Amino acid sequence: MEVLTVLVDIAFVALGVVAVLSGGAVFVVDSMARATYALAVSFVAVGVQVLFLQQSYVGVVVILMMVMEMAVMAVYMVMFMGMNPALMPMSMVHSNRTAVATAVLTFLLLAAGILVVDWPARRGSPPRDVTEALGEALMGPQMLVMAVISPVMVATIVAGVVLAAPRTRYDRFGDDLRQRPPDDPQPGGVGR
Amino acid sequence: MGEPLLTSLPAAAGPAVVTVAPAWAVAVVAVLGALALAAAALDGVLSARSASAGGAVGAAGRPLGEASRLLRQRRRTTVQADTLLWRTGGAGLLVAAALMLAVVPLGRWTVADLAVGVVWFNAMDVMVWALVWLVGWGANSAHALVGGYRFLAHGLGYELPLMFALVAPAIAAGSLNVGAVAAAQDGLWFAAWMPVAFLVYLLGVAGFSVWGPFAPALGTDVAGGVRAELSGVDRLVLETGRYALLAAGAAFAVPMFLGGGAGPLLPDWAWTLVKTLAVLALLVWARRRLPALRPDLFMEIGWLVLLPAALVQDLLVAVVTVWRS
Repeated sequence: MEVLTVLVDIAFVALGVVAVLSGGAVFVVDSMARATYALAVSFVAVGVQVLFLQQSYVGVVVILMMVMEMAVMAVYMVMFMGMNPALMPMSMVHSNRTAVATAVLTFLLLAAGILVVDWPARRGSPPRDVTEALGEALMGPQMLVMAVISPVMVATIVAGVVLAAPRTRYDRFGDDLRQRPPDDPQPGGVGR
Repeated sequence: MGEPLLTSLPAAAGPAVVTVAPAWAVAVVAVLGALALAAAALDGVLSARSASAGGAVGAAGRPLGEASRLLRQRRRTTVQADTLLWRTGGAGLLVAAALMLAVVPLGRWTVADLAVGVVWFNAMDVMVWALVWLVGWGANSAHALVGGYRFLAHGLGYELPLMFALVAPAIAAGSLNVGAVAAAQDGLWFAAWMPVAFLVYLLGVAGFSVWGPFAPALGTDVAGGVRAELSGVDRLVLETGRYALLAAGAAFAVPMFLGGGAGPLLPDWAWTLVKTLAVLALLVWARRRLPALRPDLFMEIGWLVLLPAALVQDLLVAVVTVWRS
């Protein structure tokens, strides 16, 4: 069991190193795709570390969401970047000096926080399902509030998209809203 | 995915499945290889039959012939290819398929009995998004990149319905553990009373395997799309990866929707394999029976038809589950 604990510790530290190095690689590589997936590797390493902390659900969801996010980012970066530099070799940094100074200062501040704070000793033992305990600790009495707010947030997003869309139903269905099928620049698949 | 589910560990008394030693992961890869080969052989037979050429035996061996041809073929290189990302994408499909199969119990035995096996499977199928796009990107070829984007467009259409289709069995079983989901279908398979979720799931499997209706990412109209610049062993690895994903998807359907290893006479591991082969054969057969789904048109089908259908299915399952408890 001793050997296993040591191996787990080594793996945990190694994953941390992978996460930091691939996070750093984001700023070193000269391709948008490499930067995107270096970031994905970094997130996956962190996700696996969270798995090591017995937070299985949170860890797997971190991997799932981050890989999906990076794949979607690949869509947007080629779709919306002016002149499509995403397809060419390009530098991944801008405002270099300010950014480096900010990053170093932030790191020192956070690291100082870790070292200075008086960490509490463990009381009791971890619960059987740490994910449930984490959820309770984070949400607990606010669960009802969050459940109510989520539909409001979704409605806000939908309303925002509707307001931002340049084409309205009058463009689609004509001034009397009777034109069928609608006039769409790109037809949909269900023939609305 | 459904937050209320995350609390659940196997609720049934006693472990539903036995975790075997990690070395048995080799067996997972062997089973995956055998299933992929069976799927390729069946596809060869069906291809020969639709072209009415050759005997069944020769047609079944065609994938092996094709594999040996590809192994002897020279690897194509392209100008300024991003080889690291290109190869990672191609080889990654096989890895993702093996990691999917790792959480599927073969009868009573499983290699990784994760408390959140269903979410794990989901994470691996999302991994395919990145991998297929990387194969399209890495070659530095316009047609391959178009194929990669076609796949992502399909992904945006099939992934959310697939996620919500996976939620239905998890709600009914009250667990995200694959073994517990299989054990919860005592008597009545989930496929029988949540058919919409099952169909959406099968469509999702075809989706992440770039198979059948979702093959436009490899379309001949874009010179082979994602695999336009792939040749030799790289092409072999990609094709094997697609069959492996199809096989892993079929195997995962068994504990999720088809009662796991339950069945008369045969032992449960045999039933798991039989059901897996049946689902796999259905998927291979459907390839020639379903029209290609254009990515731009499928987006609306996915969001306006499949997603609401899967959500209504989840609601019904949740109501039934609450009512029964």
